[in-house]
Amino acid sequence: MKRFLTLAPVAFLLSGCSNNWGWYVVDPTTTSGYNNLSFMISGAWNTILMSLTAILISVAVGLLVALPGLSEKRSVRNINRVYVEVVRAVPILVLILWVYYGLPQVTGITLNVFWAGVFALALSDSAFQAEIFRAGIQSINKGQYEAAHSVSLNYTDTMRFVILPQAIRRILPALGNQLVYMLKMSSLVSVIGMQELTRKANELVVSEYRPLEIYTILVLEYLVLILIVSSGVRWLERRMQTERD
Amino acid sequence: METTTTDTLIGITNLSKYFGTFQALKDVSLSVAPGERVVVCGPSGSGKSTLIRCINRLEKHEKGQIIVDGIELTDTRESLDKVRANVGMVFQQFNLFPHLTVLENLTLGPKRVFKISEKEARERALGYLERVRIADQADKYPRQLSGGQQQRVAIARSLCMEPRILLFDEPTSALDPEMINEVLDVMTELANSGITMICVTHEMGFARRVADKMVFMDQGEIVEISDAKSFFTAPKSDRCKDFLQKILSH
Repeated sequence: MKRFLTLAPVAFLLSGCSNNWGWYVVDPTTTSGYNNLSFMISGAWNTILMSLTAILISVAVGLLVALPGLSEKRSVRNINRVYVEVVRAVPILVLILWVYYGLPQVTGITLNVFWAGVFALALSDSAFQAEIFRAGIQSINKGQYEAAHSVSLNYTDTMRFVILPQAIRRILPALGNQLVYMLKMSSLVSVIGMQELTRKANELVVSEYRPLEIYTILVLEYLVLILIVSSGVRWLERRMQTERD
Repeated sequence: METTTTDTLIGITNLSKYFGTFQALKDVSLSVAPGERVVVCGPSGSGKSTLIRCINRLEKHEKGQIIVDGIELTDTRESLDKVRANVGMVFQQFNLFPHLTVLENLTLGPKRVFKISEKEARERALGYLERVRIADQADKYPRQLSGGQQQRVAIARSLCMEPRILLFDEPTSALDPEMINEVLDVMTELANSGITMICVTHEMGFARRVADKMVFMDQGEIVEISDAKSFFTAPKSDRCKDFLQKILSH
């Protein structure tokens, strides 16, 4: 729980200059303050749900894109290169706008705000996941493939039972990073009207006109969320490490 | 053509293998009968490992022919699967799966390839672990074992697939001296059990004890093939004499 002590300097900063602050907007002891606060926190569910859904999809897509990148055939490797280079080159915010406003006109499929956000986040992140998986898989010793070959395992079984379990242990810290990154990037989906943490804060600022206090609470909301996630990832890393001893 | 006779299990004819422009194998021919125990030796870089790696397609050959139990090794999936099923391999670096226990290392292949039940695979694995005298370590992870123990597990893992042919690629070269014998003992027992073996090794004492046929290679060529007795007492070529002198003098 030492990690939560990092919150202390922030709290100190906030208490130090009380003259300029109007904490009443989010004071849980008053009715309006309590309502405002719970209004803000109610966005957390969407932030979490959207980020988790997007990361699950992007891990799966990333893995699928990583595999051709490991091929001996140049033409197959190029599928991976083109995907990664193109997707990585588009800013997330631009992708969100394009998926929400552009995609329906191109394909006729209209995604609601949630799925448009998830789709854009997952697509954007999948290029990075693909690179992480590729590096992780490439770090596994050639002898592991040869041993799998010599006990007659086919490609799918070799990947599923021999290579990926080892690769995933190695890339776990990087996957944790991506999840943190995803939680932060999900704030951008507020621009198309997704009712997540950032959007709720923005709406409250419009009605209460206390941006300083409200955005400060918003910062704390993300901070707490991400500290919880990163300690969860660390716990998982430790557990997987001890499993092998 | 020597490939037509029924007492040839492995027939290699005019095999050539290149790594880029470097020719690792030059027109190599060798035939191995069922149950025969072949030891391949020679200076490092002579192509010994490459030769046996070609037999289970860990390396693709460019020229010549390899026929294992009547099936020619080609690029087709069918040929590869049939040949792999007949050929087991033990590596210099053991190559155990580090994230699986000893038992899981042994049962993975049989469960996925032969589709046998967990229980059956487990019984088979324990049987072979018993045979390499390491059944008490079944639930440990490879890194908790010594090198000699790991190599014996690797041998048991190969045996679990019940191959007709077992290839050994310098199985004792990565071991500390005091562990070499426990592995050689297991290999000697296997040799006496009638399985066809091809061993690349520098252990000349072992070779003398078990080999039916000695193959000496140098610079990608087979220089000499003879029975073990005449190989050690009366080597024909100068290159072979020279090599034996170096390796036996210490």
